[in-house]
Amino acid sequence: MSHAAPAAPPSVPAAAPRTVALLAEFDSPGALLTAAELVRDAGFRRWDTHTPFPVHGIDQAMGIRRTRLPWIVFAAGLFGCTAGLVLQWFTNATSAADAPGLWTIFQGYNYVISEKPALSLPAFVPVIFELTILCAALAAVIGMLAMNDLPRHPHPLLALPRFRRVTSDRFYLVVDADDPQFDPVRTRAFLRQLPHAVAVEDVPEDRSSAALPRGLVIAITILVALALLPPLLVARARLSKTTEPRIHLIQDMDNQERFKTQQAGPFADRRASRPPIPGTIARGDLAGDAHLLTGRLGNDWAATFPASLAIDLPFVQRGRERYGVFCAPCHGYGGAGDGIVSQRALRLNTEGWVQPTSLLDQTVRDRPVGHIFNTITNGIRSMPPYGDQIPPADRWAIVAYIRALQRSQNARLEDIPPHVQADLR
Amino acid sequence: MAAHPVEIDNTWERPGERAPLVTGGHTFASLTDTVCAVWEAPRPPRAWYIAFTISVALLAVFGAMIGYLIINGVGVWGLNNPTGWGFDITNFVFWVGIGHAGTLISAILFLFRQKWRTSINRFAEAMTIFAVMCAGVFPAIHVGRVWLVYWLAPYPNQMAMWPQFKSPLLWDVFAVSTYATVSLLFWYVGMIPDLATFRDRARTRLKRIIYGLLALGWTGSSRHWHRFERAYLILAALATPLVLSVHSVVSFDFAVSQLPGWHATIFPPYFVAGAIFGGFAMVVTLAVPARALFGLRDLITLRHLENMCKIILLTGLIVGYAYAMEFFIAWYSGNPFESFIFRSRALGPYAWAYWTMIACNVLAPQLFWFKRIRTSQLAMFLVVMAINVGMWFERFVIIVTSLSQDFLPSSWDYYRPTAVELLTLAGSFGLFFTLFLLFCRYLPMVAMAEVKTVMPHADPHAHPHAHVPATRRFDYNPDEFDQEPPA
Repeated sequence: MSHAAPAAPPSVPAAAPRTVALLAEFDSPGALLTAAELVRDAGFRRWDTHTPFPVHGIDQAMGIRRTRLPWIVFAAGLFGCTAGLVLQWFTNATSAADAPGLWTIFQGYNYVISEKPALSLPAFVPVIFELTILCAALAAVIGMLAMNDLPRHPHPLLALPRFRRVTSDRFYLVVDADDPQFDPVRTRAFLRQLPHAVAVEDVPEDRSSAALPRGLVIAITILVALALLPPLLVARARLSKTTEPRIHLIQDMDNQERFKTQQAGPFADRRASRPPIPGTIARGDLAGDAHLLTGRLGNDWAATFPASLAIDLPFVQRGRERYGVFCAPCHGYGGAGDGIVSQRALRLNTEGWVQPTSLLDQTVRDRPVGHIFNTITNGIRSMPPYGDQIPPADRWAIVAYIRALQRSQNARLEDIPPHVQADLR
Repeated sequence: MAAHPVEIDNTWERPGERAPLVTGGHTFASLTDTVCAVWEAPRPPRAWYIAFTISVALLAVFGAMIGYLIINGVGVWGLNNPTGWGFDITNFVFWVGIGHAGTLISAILFLFRQKWRTSINRFAEAMTIFAVMCAGVFPAIHVGRVWLVYWLAPYPNQMAMWPQFKSPLLWDVFAVSTYATVSLLFWYVGMIPDLATFRDRARTRLKRIIYGLLALGWTGSSRHWHRFERAYLILAALATPLVLSVHSVVSFDFAVSQLPGWHATIFPPYFVAGAIFGGFAMVVTLAVPARALFGLRDLITLRHLENMCKIILLTGLIVGYAYAMEFFIAWYSGNPFESFIFRSRALGPYAWAYWTMIACNVLAPQLFWFKRIRTSQLAMFLVVMAINVGMWFERFVIIVTSLSQDFLPSSWDYYRPTAVELLTLAGSFGLFFTLFLLFCRYLPMVAMAEVKTVMPHADPHAHPHAHVPATRRFDYNPDEFDQEPPA
């Protein structure tokens, strides 16, 4: 280096950067391995090799000890496993009753599904497995990067032009100046005599700024600010009170243009609801034959059949057929209250079962036909109403058949036609 | 970037000799140059622009169809009662299945020490990431009220509601999310050394900054490589059961139900084998044009393609076995509903789909028994295109035949897709190929660091400058190095 002629003022920038390491370049992995063993055996401690790919055998050649990363991964996997189990147990197998003091947002929701166990380990396994793998993988990556002290951007080696081939086809051995055995002259001479070393070079200190480029910092700041906006808006909404209606983005069919009952409307009478048109009859209001439809004559039960019905054999047979469909299961085919439903209920000791009334009892025989008709229509005590299932004419037919049944269990020989009497004697 | 008019055939097997995995007499430097040439070229090849234009157009169609769906509701699709799942879930399972081959190549072949995986694992993993992205769109948009899809996540809320963790649909959420995350981590971590290569070769300041940030300051330190290799091995060991579990969980969407034709224990292994089968078909679909277009013939050699065809043949046989076994069990079980549904698959209203599936999945891969087909790029490309179609139809047949003829005959109905569904399927390919083409242009397509380790030059005992082990401890006497030797 030539000397500058005039003396410079003291505020001139400093001298050349100091050397932080010495670098030796090789062009094959074999040469690097040989050199690494020599450097290892020479007792150097703060040194490293840099290669485009992991060289087979370099760990032994350098004396690198096995990393503890697998244990970190294992611990993270255990954490993931436990987290999966606790999450599912807490959210699906506990309920508000189990933790009454807990905030609503943290209370569990126990799905009750036809006696299936709430804490069902086989069903919980997939999520536990996935969370284990996820936590272990994150630990492997983050652990590896952290243990390698990455990301690390300003690096003296990366500023060296010669070092650019480290990711292509050259192999480097670098001894740090902090090494206790380091000596600028001796270590350089030592490196130069390593077999097949292509070059030996000083690695100067890297004085470049570690800061990110300004444009990038601005971009990241803007993105972070935008990303914080939604949570802030949510927080503001949760923490404030307002009389404004909710912001309702997806309307669906929630708010429809319509008039509610008793609201003022657009029609001439200023009502929104319209009155029924003239001639409208309310349900059950039909001014028909009260005798036929209700079994009443005035305020009393009718004691006779309606005049519009012909009480003949086909009518009673229809009644018998309808009785067999609707009434026989409980009251029995003979009307004695011993239908198969009743027999079964008694055999099962069904709670609260009362045996159906025997239609042959004197009480029922004494009842007017209109009363029996009303019982069929509206039910009585535990008997349900059958008015919706059986039309009025059929109900009267059943009443006629009941009278026939009652007569059949309460007859004298003289009531039977003579030509049948002979068979009974 | 040398153009090879004749393919170098490294598919031979000779005892005592290993066929080279990298042909063309490459050195480390020329290999780096070859792979980086794709990125360093001032313009990508014209075919890239054409493909990219088509992909972006399809991507626009995808976006438009999804927007139309969200605004108008699921009625724009052809779903009906009882076929509540149609193209939507078929596409989901199709894309998730394709992703699995990438993880198999990266992780499972790594554990089996198959060195030939190093040329294809980078873009196969990229294919996985993009396929999972395509797959994830479909469950999100098929729910009806897409703006409420965050309800799938277990977050504390004022309704005191939590997801139903015993449902396979929720296992799916966790499985596919975990798979996407772990695949992304695996892909990125593996790329760090190659991003460092890009950083070191970057000629503009912007590229230096971007790739420098992405490379995280990687210096190739052997101490770092040691931990890197351990982490890579651990990720491979984690990804292997993960990939098996993910498609098993996807198969549980069907197997855990009660529908005849769905409720079968063969589904998990059948689906996983089918996923690997379909995924490898997609890898070959991408590899054959990419190696020609980007000058990677020496890295993705005929041997690599042939190995992939062999795996396709193997998994195709497994899938064919599963088809046969389903039929056997349907008959052997004596269950009239099960045997009905299988007869209906082959002879019923969707027989056209069923026989397409059989032709493409069972018959087409049998061509790979012949070495001439396995080593002919055109023939293998046609076969794998058939397999891609066949694997889509397999999911369609499983889902739609069982649903359209379910328990109550009075409920049966024929499902017909609408134009919206067809365009959405086409559009998903747009998303996939757009991302893949961008990857080819801007990220390292081949794992350079890994390929270098399988080259003969990487062996420390190879000439020149073979490693001479230290036979005795070297006694270092600093005084012997007092002066600099003559320059």
